[in-house]
Amino acid sequence: MMVTKKMYPMTGAQAIAEAMRQINPDVVAAYPITPQTPIIENFAKFVADGRVDTEYIRVESEHSAMSATVGAAAAGGRAMTATASAGLALMWEIVYVAASMRLPIIMPIANRALSGPINIHCDHSDTMGTRDSGWIQIYSETAQEAYENMFLALKLAENKNVQLPAMVCLDGFITSHGVENVEIYDDKTMKDFAGEYKPIDPLLDVDNPITYGPLQLQDYYFETKRQQVDAMKNAKKVFLEAGKELSKITGNDYGYFEKYMMDDAEAVIVVMNSTAGNVKSVVDEMRKDGKKVGLLKLRLFRPFPYEEVAEALHKIPVVGVFDRAESFGACPPLYGEIRNALFDSEKKPKMQSFVFGLGGRDIFSHQIENVFETLLEGETSGETKYIGCRGC
Amino acid sequence: MPFNLKEMPKKPKRFVSGGRTCAGCAIPVLARTILGATDKPIVACTATGCMEVTSSIYPFSSWNIPWIHSAFENAAATISGVEAAYKALKRKGKVTKDIKFIAFGGDGGTYDIGIQALSGAMERGHDMLYVCYDNNAYMNTGNQGSSATPYGAATTTTPAGKVKQGKEQWRKDLVKIIAAHNIPYAAQAAVHNLADLYKKAEKALSIEGPAFITVLAPCTTLWKYPPEMTMQYSKLAVETKFWPLFEIENGKLKVNYKPSKEVPVEEFLKGQGRFRHLFKPENKGMLEHIQKTINENWERLLREEGL
Ligand SMILES: Cc1ncc(C[n+]2csc(CCOP(=O)(O)OP(=O)(O)O)c2C)c(N)n1
Ligand code: SF4
Ligand SMILES: [Mg+2]
Repeated sequence: MMVTKKMYPMTGAQAIAEAMRQINPDVVAAYPITPQTPIIENFAKFVADGRVDTEYIRVESEHSAMSATVGAAAAGGRAMTATASAGLALMWEIVYVAASMRLPIIMPIANRALSGPINIHCDHSDTMGTRDSGWIQIYSETAQEAYENMFLALKLAENKNVQLPAMVCLDGFITSHGVENVEIYDDKTMKDFAGEYKPIDPLLDVDNPITYGPLQLQDYYFETKRQQVDAMKNAKKVFLEAGKELSKITGNDYGYFEKYMMDDAEAVIVVMNSTAGNVKSVVDEMRKDGKKVGLLKLRLFRPFPYEEVAEALHKIPVVGVFDRAESFGACPPLYGEIRNALFDSEKKPKMQSFVFGLGGRDIFSHQIENVFETLLEGETSGETKYIGCRGC
Repeated sequence: MPFNLKEMPKKPKRFVSGGRTCAGCAIPVLARTILGATDKPIVACTATGCMEVTSSIYPFSSWNIPWIHSAFENAAATISGVEAAYKALKRKGKVTKDIKFIAFGGDGGTYDIGIQALSGAMERGHDMLYVCYDNNAYMNTGNQGSSATPYGAATTTTPAGKVKQGKEQWRKDLVKIIAAHNIPYAAQAAVHNLADLYKKAEKALSIEGPAFITVLAPCTTLWKYPPEMTMQYSKLAVETKFWPLFEIENGKLKVNYKPSKEVPVEEFLKGQGRFRHLFKPENKGMLEHIQKTINENWERLLREEGL
């Protein structure tokens, strides 16, 4: 295999669009919403320039974007859309339908706060709201990761033992609009990796008519849901296999999470997406002063790697979990999962929940350092702490 | 091929028997007629509603063609995705047959919650036929009023009571709304006139681009009339000009059937439970209003035909 790659300065949105260009889906149906817009604008240009032979459907809403994507995928096409925030919320009904029909749709999400108040900036309340929808969710620290995660998601979603839709999440503005150096692998290699799509039971096979989306009541619905559970279980296994395959091209590691300076760490922060980068730089600084701090950056949130997370964290004395979303009246979502993962461990860390960055509120290195200092002192409580929020 | 009633049963069975509609329901009749109007393979989509729930109770399906139901408001968007995939795969040589695409929606799924998706699909120009089977209310959920519910009709959300006498608004003029998207073909048909319905479906399926047909689908259970009367009520709706048969082809309107004698609208309204209260002496004015509006609408239609 002759793999070549070239470095380009580009935004996360452009990197996602590049992945979509290389995958060359049969259908993309999308509706603009900040900060997803540059993804679909870049892709529409590829269509206009004949660099892909995708049917681009300029739908009149995100509800129709997801509906048309479902139709296209059920027809037997490789189908994609992209959205954020209110767009994902508007799709919500059909997001569940896509998963229950077992359609391997890929949907990049430029994570953005949900209304209200209306806010265009980053947090994870949009994708966290769909965490029980039956979609695979992969989170990306950088534009580079977002690009590679698109291929990882494709391989995983289309695996015949999985057949589930997948979201590739990247932080709105921070990653979607921030310019980084991104290594783009050569078209031939990535197209070969994506491979030819072989749909299962497509509608367009008119000689073998199939009924999609029947009415299932008390007598069958439960089993259909149970099959989705099994598919998600398979997805957890296949994720690592797909990662190994992708690794042959990129040389990168695609575990469920990345462990950063965790081996001897006395305090660890768990976080997803771009903030992992900020935490890494704080870890580097604090390590210079001999402070034993580390990071666990979660890549796969659905299915959730409970056993592996427990294994990675159970010996850490103190763990702080950073959520960029709130679950009103309950634990923030990531914290809840991490706590859950550790319940059966004999040895387990003291834990502290933090919520940060809602509506795009910046988080600064000194705030992360402060968190590490309090964690190193073993300061934890049952109450969530709010970083950088007035009056907290 | 011109419509031939005797030939219809010999066509491939695309919508099989054994479905769960009420006895006397108009839906299977119109489904079979429309699906029989082309020999090309069809992929169909149906919005949530009576047609969908009665035809797809797992593990059974009335659909002997590829069929998809996704939700209530998105049949037009769903089929536009199917059609787009078809275009892409055909271009790539992965699909070789000529396939037709039909979306079915009830009046609720079309006039109300699905009008945005329908408008979008019509504007984008997909090669598809959208069929609204109009039974004048949300029947699958037990007869709630829609914007297709006729003036004066009692539904569970527009009941007749001491101070209100059924729905207070006139119906939306859906065919005109859709025709305003400048699509090649939009038509109104009724289930009793199979020759006309077939011809319209045949035409709609032979042109390239979006087409729209709305079909009156009398509902025995919730219009509240005996099940054997479905075709008669459909016929009366047309004879009284409550439901004119017309088509708009490339912008040109044509009235397909002109009743030879004046039949008062009461002939259509009477015997239907949903209009019973209109025959109380104190509601005489409402009946007059209905007749007057129907006459005006008919005159306007004839004027538009002459344009
Ligand atoms: C988003 C959404 N809202 C409401 C419903 C409930 N619902 C299902 S079918 C239906 C009525 C359908 O009416 P119509 O489109 O006229 O078809 P009909 O049943 O009369 O054939 C309603 C209200 C739903 N399934 N989805
Ligand atoms: S309620 Fe009306 S429309 Fe629905 S199945 Fe029965 S007769 Fe047909
Ligand atoms: Mg109805």
